[in-house]
Amino acid sequence: MNAPQTPHALHFMPSEGFRARAKDVVENPFLRQSFRGAMDFLMSKRAAQFPDPEELESLRRLGERIRQYNLAKLPDLLIQLETNLTRNGIKVHWAETPEEANAIILGICQKHSAKLMVKGKSMVSEEIELNHAAEAAGIGALESDMGEYIVQLAHEKPSHIIMPAIHKTKEQIATLFHENVPGVEYTDNVDALIQIGRNVLRQKFLEADIGLSGVNFAVAETGTLCLVENEGNGRMCTTAPPVHIAITGIEKIVEKLEHVPPLLSLLTRSATGQNISTYFNMISSPRKPGEKDGPGEVHLVLLDNGRSQAYADEQLRKTLQCIRCGACMNHCPVYTRIGGHAYGTTYPGPIGKIISPHMLGLEATATMATASSLCGACGEVCPVKIPIPELLIRLREESFTPPHANPSMRGQGAGHNSLTSAIWRTWGAIYGSPALYRTASWLASRFRWLTPRKQAGWTSVRTPLQPAPKRLRDLIKERP
Amino acid sequence: MSARDRILAKLKANAPATAGELPDVAGWYATHRSEENSTDKARRFRHFIELAHAEVYSVSRGGWLQKLYEVLSAKQIDKLLVAPGTQHGARAQAELPPLGIACPGYDTSIEGWKAAMFNDMPASFTAARGAIAETGTLILWPTADEPRLMSLVPPVHIVLLDAAGIHNTFYEAMQTESWKDGLPTNSLLISGPSKTADIQQTLAYGAHGPKELVVLMIEENV
Repeated sequence: MNAPQTPHALHFMPSEGFRARAKDVVENPFLRQSFRGAMDFLMSKRAAQFPDPEELESLRRLGERIRQYNLAKLPDLLIQLETNLTRNGIKVHWAETPEEANAIILGICQKHSAKLMVKGKSMVSEEIELNHAAEAAGIGALESDMGEYIVQLAHEKPSHIIMPAIHKTKEQIATLFHENVPGVEYTDNVDALIQIGRNVLRQKFLEADIGLSGVNFAVAETGTLCLVENEGNGRMCTTAPPVHIAITGIEKIVEKLEHVPPLLSLLTRSATGQNISTYFNMISSPRKPGEKDGPGEVHLVLLDNGRSQAYADEQLRKTLQCIRCGACMNHCPVYTRIGGHAYGTTYPGPIGKIISPHMLGLEATATMATASSLCGACGEVCPVKIPIPELLIRLREESFTPPHANPSMRGQGAGHNSLTSAIWRTWGAIYGSPALYRTASWLASRFRWLTPRKQAGWTSVRTPLQPAPKRLRDLIKERP
Repeated sequence: MSARDRILAKLKANAPATAGELPDVAGWYATHRSEENSTDKARRFRHFIELAHAEVYSVSRGGWLQKLYEVLSAKQIDKLLVAPGTQHGARAQAELPPLGIACPGYDTSIEGWKAAMFNDMPASFTAARGAIAETGTLILWPTADEPRLMSLVPPVHIVLLDAAGIHNTFYEAMQTESWKDGLPTNSLLISGPSKTADIQQTLAYGAHGPKELVVLMIEENV
């Protein structure tokens, strides 16, 4: 039996739909099962890679130090990176906004009269909605990571930053290939499905004018772009077409090559529970004279898109330590239940909740930080020790306190509501004064019959809450 | 002001006064990773790369060509892409054709024969620069003589590795060989054949790169 299709067609989803989308998924047993199964799988794979808790802790401390050290030197390192890449023959571009980044990339495509761009997995390219921009400019943008290829074929978006098609069953993928790839019979054999994808995409790697990729680490001292992958499509995109364009957020820089091994080890072990990925691809220049393959032109686009806002605040800056492993979402009880699409943002899960407000403003993301039980699992597994729960509390404050002058975030106070504020102020006053608390609790137990029988979402599946007939202090007094 | 200047100005205005102590990467490896002798390193390398689905054969310095021939015969492959500008490639090109295996050389730019490379090249043969025991990883630095696509496009990739070049860790490899003083156009770590688990977490080999990876490991005691 085929599971029903995901109920969402996914482009630019408004944040006010967050609750409704989350509810849809919670009520869909197929999706619940897909995510639960996948997250359990990824959690146990990660745990098996870190058998020694002391080693894990010391490696996480080293990873945190490396990221914080490099962020502290970020402006200097960006200049050093630019100098060394330029010396190596790689052209560097800067973009403050997604629109600027798209314009740069499409400008390069147009200069080469490109018709087809093949893409390696890049969440930053999702962040800037490059595929839409390319399509509008008449340039084909084809995803080549198997998971990304599947979600693109289904006109969806990735539901996980590492495993984009985690929400789909093999039967859904079999139907998708059968209906969309010419000449393909229905098969739900995974090996056969992968071979279908391989054969289609091989021809595209051969034909493509442009290869686009993300970057996992950019090394300032050598001018090197590093890519982590298993499939080989990243290497295809960066080697086969005549032009390679890489895009990355400005935070993914390390000063020294020796900073890479610990981060790589943390990344692959935390992400998919592999001691290393199949390929680690280090690119330091375009094709040199005499070399027989590789792109003749290599470009790097450095994107800000709100990262400099996070950078400006000592606490929020820790958001930028992220190496995009996805362990926080794999361990998140909320993500596991609602999946990646419900968030409506490029980056879902705990990391999405703390990075998206800088990209989209709190106006569009005010409620995201509330979708957390603050259980702390994300902070506990983060390989670079980002204090995600702390940051969630900070973002709640930024969203819900009244707007003030000189806010540290765009959209500060966007979630503020005078009634809610007044209720919490009253609550604070009562709990802050013993006399008021005594009076209020006495009134509550006396007038408990006034409690409404319908209490918003609470009573849809539970009995109503009601103050006890006797307060704790009364019960203590009655003891013999 | 350009986008570059605006981004840098924002960052500079808010950068912390000091970056703090240098990350002690050397210290971490010194306390958490021990050095092994060459036999143990070879064993560990083999264990991990085999876990990742690669085939490994121990060969002698003179005897690798015979093993290469056996591997190709067993897989019923009669065409092997080689790098004639390298010693091992030249030897394969000289000795395999009489045994019935054609050995086209990668001696012209890819633009002239890209379609043939993608559609009509069942296997390739390259050397590795070294390897990493900790993760079962081959280190490849493609050159003008032995270009990048050789280790990527043909469905079967056969690699000649001298076990003397196996390092304990990635960190040790880059430090002892001073990689930071001169990286090539492209350097690669390869830890098995291409794979994906993107469909229902089911592992499948041969995603976009080689479906099979074979390592001929030269060991002194073979």
